[in-house]
Amino acid sequence: MKIVVAIKQVPERDAQVRIDATGKWIEEADLQFALNESDAYALEEALQLKDKHGGEVIVLSAGPERVGSTIREALAKGADRAIQIVCDDLGARDALGVARLLAAAIRPENPDLILTGLQSEDLGLGQTGVILAELLGLPHATLILHVEKTETGLTVKRELEEGWFQTIELPTPAVLTIQSGGNKLRYATLMGIKRAKTKEVRILTAAELGVDAAPTVVLEQVALPQKQKSTQILSGSPKEAAAALIEKLKFEARVL
Amino acid sequence: MSGVLVVQEAARNRISFEALAAGRVLADITGLSLETAAVGDPNADIFIETAGLPPATAYAVQHPLLQNYTADGYVLAFEQLIQKLQPSYIVFPHTYQVRDFVPRLAARFGQVLIGDITAIKAGPSFDRQLFQGKMNATYRHQGDGPCFVSVQAGAFRQDPPAAGKFTIYHFVPEISANEIRTRPGRPYRASSQTVDLASAPLIVSVGRGIKDAENIPLVQELATALGAELAASRPICDNGWLPLERQVGSSGQTVAPKLYLAVGISGAIQHLVGMKGSQCVVAINKDPDAPIFEVADYGIVGDLFEVVPELTAALKAAKQ
Repeated sequence: MKIVVAIKQVPERDAQVRIDATGKWIEEADLQFALNESDAYALEEALQLKDKHGGEVIVLSAGPERVGSTIREALAKGADRAIQIVCDDLGARDALGVARLLAAAIRPENPDLILTGLQSEDLGLGQTGVILAELLGLPHATLILHVEKTETGLTVKRELEEGWFQTIELPTPAVLTIQSGGNKLRYATLMGIKRAKTKEVRILTAAELGVDAAPTVVLEQVALPQKQKSTQILSGSPKEAAAALIEKLKFEARVL
Repeated sequence: MSGVLVVQEAARNRISFEALAAGRVLADITGLSLETAAVGDPNADIFIETAGLPPATAYAVQHPLLQNYTADGYVLAFEQLIQKLQPSYIVFPHTYQVRDFVPRLAARFGQVLIGDITAIKAGPSFDRQLFQGKMNATYRHQGDGPCFVSVQAGAFRQDPPAAGKFTIYHFVPEISANEIRTRPGRPYRASSQTVDLASAPLIVSVGRGIKDAENIPLVQELATALGAELAASRPICDNGWLPLERQVGSSGQTVAPKLYLAVGISGAIQHLVGMKGSQCVVAINKDPDAPIFEVADYGIVGDLFEVVPELTAALKAAKQ
């Protein structure tokens, strides 16, 4: 099976995000970046399918130069090669614009399966995979926890709301968006890290792919969220704060 | 271009009526008419409950191939309804189903869904959250073509009923069986639930901050001292540190206890939707900017490994 995994580099989960001078994005200068969590699960699913059935795993990512480090990480975990779409204006593109970039890079590869994470931890749009399927004219399924290859295509386990699940059968080629938690993530081995250095990373640009930005949805400004409740912060030593909390819960909130 | 079309989801009434309220706000701002549509029989509950609410017109979208949800079927059906009605705005509840098919539907019109919105402002512009709730962003639609938005659960309050004229039209899209490529199975639950978090009056819930499976007893002891049920955010159940049935959030259970004590939970929106109806929320977290503090009544900013044992000890002492 030939599998393309579309991955995204995002600010680390615990990063302190601050608004930049334009008021339209965050200060990126001193941020640490990492592989988006559900994309890590998409990569894992792809690698497991390859372990079972053979084939090739190609990682694909769009973004500025720095994305290269996340691509190397994916190669170290076992992906065979990579395509990096270098573009510095990812923020100026809406989800359709980004999906057009990815679709243009995927088309010549003719993969059997395209996997991506359910949503990114930064923008949280959760749309790229589904739009990719539309642009490529392929069937799709979202929120997938498990993928099994069958004679005619795939059987996948889809998560529904409130603890329900569903099995879906679909033909290949197809696009799946992967939910976190379906598999145990592997670590890159020392050997894997060594090998990654020699693996192919093809560099493409948005201009080469013939895709311009032209968004229909624009981000006008970012702001810190307003509090929905006024929180009483209980300060002091851990012991003092704990005692103060119990007092409050008993005599003010009256929930104990 | 005519108006605002709200697409409701028959099995998810509550959030569908919140989406309807959002559609009404949008109709008020833009001066456009309001209509609603849902897949199902005109006698379905969703239409009966919609009668008397602001929209005067509803479309019951019916086709044998829409009996079971598929993205292919729904995209075709709503593509045709949108072509017929030519709405300027199409509003959906932000459900798993909407996340599954609406990005594809919007792309078919060369558009992008503005998903999971929390507010609609003059313009109109739409607010949604970024960075797992750490930041808010304002989005605007530009250019010709319909604008697709989906509404976050709990962001809008359902409108009260007001007597008025209400007409339901049938809409039968043209769909053939070979256009539906996926075969969905019947929904099932993983295992029989042995924990009923929904009826627990007190809940201690644990998140990523606990760092390791071997630290779970620390919060279990706190839950025991409180007489509370132990719950968790998604990553804890993903790692298998607690069973899935103890998960709170959009993919787990929705709870509204008297007390919800969140330990080491940052408060991503997927978690907040599952617990923000709680009467009293307490957050213990080392990050003062964690979104959980936005919904907390009381907060302790500090190391949970120091605070939790003190809390457990104080509760035990108070009992004696």
